[in-house]
Amino acid sequence: MADAIRLEATTRSFGSGHTLVVALHPTDLTVGDGELVAVMGPSGSGKTTLLALVGGLDRPTGGRVVVSGQDLATLDARGLAVLRRRTVGYVFQELNLLSGLTARENVTLPLELDGAQLAGARKAADEALASVEMTELADRFPDDLSGGEQQRVAIARAMVGGRRILLADEPTGALDSMNGETVMRLLRRHCDNGGAALLVTHDAAHAAWADRVVFLRDGRIVDESRPAPGPEFSVDRPVPALGAA
Amino acid sequence: MMVASEAWSRRVPSVSVRFGLLALLAEQPTHGYQLKTAFERRTGGSWALNIGQVYTTLQRLERDGLVRSERPIHAAAEGPPDDSRTSDRTGYRITAAGREQLETWFASPVVPDGPARDELTIKVLLAIAASDVEVTEVLQRQRSATLAQLQAYTRRKAQADPERDLAWLMLLDALIFKAEAEVRWLDACEARIRRHARRA
Repeated sequence: MADAIRLEATTRSFGSGHTLVVALHPTDLTVGDGELVAVMGPSGSGKTTLLALVGGLDRPTGGRVVVSGQDLATLDARGLAVLRRRTVGYVFQELNLLSGLTARENVTLPLELDGAQLAGARKAADEALASVEMTELADRFPDDLSGGEQQRVAIARAMVGGRRILLADEPTGALDSMNGETVMRLLRRHCDNGGAALLVTHDAAHAAWADRVVFLRDGRIVDESRPAPGPEFSVDRPVPALGAA
Repeated sequence: MMVASEAWSRRVPSVSVRFGLLALLAEQPTHGYQLKTAFERRTGGSWALNIGQVYTTLQRLERDGLVRSERPIHAAAEGPPDDSRTSDRTGYRITAAGREQLETWFASPVVPDGPARDELTIKVLLAIAASDVEVTEVLQRQRSATLAQLQAYTRRKAQADPERDLAWLMLLDALIFKAEAEVRWLDACEARIRRHARRA
């Protein structure tokens, strides 16, 4: 199976000559199916540029971006729109839910825009809402949901219709630590179920849910970390009472 | 293999051992070795105790009137007394004074005496002054290593059962937040160095 995301010497620069600014130097990066990759770096390091290139929201000035086996350079605006509706979902820090629509209607919308029949779209939306444990609140409007609940709806909207690649830009930014953890558990589960996700974050504790953490600095990948073999604990978990084990 | 628990064991402050043993003895009287294993299990196996340290601490607690030694003790898990092991079977029981000290301990916040002598902090501060050391590389190597630890802790967390493993999850949260704080500090160091370089 093809890699979910592949950057090949992907470059993005602005201006020319004296005013040339390179936001992303030639960069290679692969995200496989089932993989969650986090990108960390200070502001201005090129994280958001990288994510915009993968999502087809911006075009590289050099190299290739291949998403789900398709070279984005070969797709016109319409082709990119189809890719975004069917294959790639976004989760942003700003939740961007439409306030006049219920949670279910918000999740149904991308499928309707793609021309799906309403009954099928609603069924798919209900499945997506169930996967983020929001079934009971599906008929609420965004204003009647907490920030954490709204972000779960936004994730359902990003995944609905079987989109297997998620792009997340600081998805936990506005949430407290427990709600942030819930969001990361959902992204983790999406990838454990065979999906892929590319996450941009400045938060180390959330990046740590990833299989790989890539460090960007001044538009270059400078380092990468994978889980350490340890820590060595002599038992798996504490037992509840003295002498109980 | 030099396991992490050996490294941890050197860092268990004696005050934690003292009150840890008192807390376990407040539940039931028991023996030194059982205290050692109970302490380790209860704290997720992350702090290994030296058996010598356990007995030294028990002797001090007894000297201070906080526990009382008795033999033989018939703890349920130990089975019937066995003459051949009598010397190992000194039991300990918490006293009223011990319970009082334990209550005071639980009721008091933990306030550090002063900044800990932390190798990483010292290394980074010295790296700034050293002409032949690239500080940002020191910072990045550490950031990457700490993230790798953080990923390992988070994997454990992902596998834990939120209902059954409350203490385990809280221990992992403690380790995760400490590692996260370290990464934030490294980020802040780098931002300061960059700002300093721009002004220079």
